Amino acid sequence: MTFALVGNQNSGKTTLFNSLTGSNQHVGNFPGVTVDQKAGRIRGTKDCLVVDLPGIYSIRPYTGEEIVTRDFILNEKPDGIINIVDATNIERNLYLTLQLLELRVPMVLALNMMDEVRGNGGTIDIKGMSQQLGIPVIPISAAKNEGISELIDSAISIAKHRIFPAVTDFCPSSAVHRCIHAVSHLIEDHAQKIEVPSRFAATKLIEGDASFAERLALNQNELDLIEHSVVEMEHESGLDRNAGLADMRYSFIEGVCTKTVIKCRESKEHIRSVKIDNVLTNKYLALPMFFGIMFLVFWLTFGVIGSFLSSLLTSGIDLLSGAVDKGLTAFGINPVIHSMIIDGIFSGVGSVLSFLPIIVTLFFFLSILEDTGYMARIAFVMDKLLRRIGLSGRSFVPMLVGFGCSVPAVMSSRTLSSERDRKMTIMLIPFMSCSAKIPIYAVFCAAFFSRNQALVMTGLYFSGIALAILVALLMKNTAFRGNPVPFVMELPNYRLPSLKSVALLMWEKARDFLQRAFTVIFVATLIIWFLRTFDLRLNVVTDSSRSLLAMIGQVIAPIFTPLGFGDWRAATSLISGFTAKEAVVSTMGVLMGTNVSALKNALGTLFTPLTALSFLVFTLLYTPCVAAITTIRKELGSRLMTVGVIVMQCVIAWIAAFAIYQAGRLFI
Amino acid sequence: MTLDRLPPGKTATIRKVGGTGALRLRLLDMGIIPRTRVCVRKVAPLGDPLEIRLRGYELTIRMDDARKIEVESCGEGA
Repeated sequence: MTFALVGNQNSGKTTLFNSLTGSNQHVGNFPGVTVDQKAGRIRGTKDCLVVDLPGIYSIRPYTGEEIVTRDFILNEKPDGIINIVDATNIERNLYLTLQLLELRVPMVLALNMMDEVRGNGGTIDIKGMSQQLGIPVIPISAAKNEGISELIDSAISIAKHRIFPAVTDFCPSSAVHRCIHAVSHLIEDHAQKIEVPSRFAATKLIEGDASFAERLALNQNELDLIEHSVVEMEHESGLDRNAGLADMRYSFIEGVCTKTVIKCRESKEHIRSVKIDNVLTNKYLALPMFFGIMFLVFWLTFGVIGSFLSSLLTSGIDLLSGAVDKGLTAFGINPVIHSMIIDGIFSGVGSVLSFLPIIVTLFFFLSILEDTGYMARIAFVMDKLLRRIGLSGRSFVPMLVGFGCSVPAVMSSRTLSSERDRKMTIMLIPFMSCSAKIPIYAVFCAAFFSRNQALVMTGLYFSGIALAILVALLMKNTAFRGNPVPFVMELPNYRLPSLKSVALLMWEKARDFLQRAFTVIFVATLIIWFLRTFDLRLNVVTDSSRSLLAMIGQVIAPIFTPLGFGDWRAATSLISGFTAKEAVVSTMGVLMGTNVSALKNALGTLFTPLTALSFLVFTLLYTPCVAAITTIRKELGSRLMTVGVIVMQCVIAWIAAFAIYQAGRLFI
Repeated sequence: MTLDRLPPGKTATIRKVGGTGALRLRLLDMGIIPRTRVCVRKVAPLGDPLEIRLRGYELTIRMDDARKIEVESCGEGA
């Protein structure tokens, strides 16, 4: 049996999904679904699957998330719907419920956060509500794990016995009511033919959903009759068709609530939220608080916890690598295999793995910011800044994380509810100079700009941002033209995050990254190792300038001549930077025959200050590293777009470096 | 009067919801429909968007969008 879990954003849907499934989760793969859906086996059952659908407020098909939900229910025909409703915000949550009821699928209502309602002296007449809506209503608290087994029992029972919603009419007697019934009657046969509930089809037609008129194969006469009936309704009610339907649904909900809900005056949670917001979204304090909190997150992640765990992991890998090294030497293994294992696998995968603690730590903080409700406040505070480039405040944090590392930044864009915004944000993240590029900047600044280090560094960061803005404006007017998803966002009450959800999210991101580290990234590092170790005749090279990698460097070096650094060693370093950006510096050290500390003196023979600047701008902007690319590939869900990102970055990097070098030559 | 002109702390009743396409539908879906009472809580630090309260929850909408909602002021509190 398959159940669809549907509910508003901030209704506790993910928490309920986690309590329903425990750790039996996997990423579902359903045809026609672009955003991957999480699915999981319901605990204590053998064959009950629950699918976590995107958090939505309505199933009008205007956003990708709404279409996913609607199509899943209409096409996959789940055996039952579990509709989670936030009892503290019941009116708006029931709005989606009424639309779901029209789909005529066995359904159970999970009334979440009932503990909060009761704690504030409110009550809900569960039996009464169940009667009014015609479906079982189960009070639960997903966070406290209360009522979950009752919910599971009820869901299985309605699905097993195919108990459909008992009430079919959700309209107080009015013009809208008459219109719906007239239309629904008219199209009954058509709807039956394509196996869509006629009332649902009727409301879609009244809303003006042209795709439904087509699917139902209505003739012109029928369409005219429907239009006539809708116009009459508009005239009688004084509202247009869409407002009329919304008004009808909310009137019905208000009726249900007056009969069954006794609201408390003002909940403790709301009073607390208002108090917190007096500080966090205060006119003067909001921005300093935001930057303070983000600084703390960054400092803890990159400065304290993450870097500590990273160095621990690195020394662990070094220790293991050393032991394997000794063992292999003692065993007298072929030196090429030895090099492959130690220099290829251990150093390659090892350097990528050192990202892992940073990713996990960062997601610990980010999921707390999200689950507490602070992320929505950041969007509220920052929205004005991002609107001009066609995004909303929601994109601010992922972009900010990009300054640390593109991998978690791209991963964190998952919380953006609009697919358009998410894609655009992912494509802009590589412009934020990540922390792995700092060693490159540091060496070059020390060698060429010792007096203006800070200026050059800040200049690089701001150039990245400036180019991101330019590219965003370009995207807004080309590929991402059209209406962005409206920024009408709920500001939920602040809540304590559930540790289980935070832990599960960290695990999910870690597992996801590990999977890629040992597949794509593993292969990529092996390829680079291979190119570095052998020459054209597949002999092991002793002089690194004769390797395949150096040969490729020599072949592509002319591309960089107009940028001022046509030397093959610069080109080769840039290629090896593909595995991880730190490798640019270490490769250059190897190729120049010095160690990294002496590199800054040696660089003078290869670069002038102007070509060094051009090189820095190029490294700032060119292709993201392999770890970032695999993440982008996963989150964009498109190979073509990912290749597009790589090509775009390289082209922009080339043009920017070219402009700097050629302009600089005019002055010097 | 339109919603963007309503000062923070004041409550009003929605008269008419304008706008087009996805924005208008989103407003209606969120419960912004004629006869609903709405209160402006605050303006974001950079002067935009607005935080409003209706039907027992908080919502943020941009000034440009608030300009499309006609309201009739009815005094203090919410």
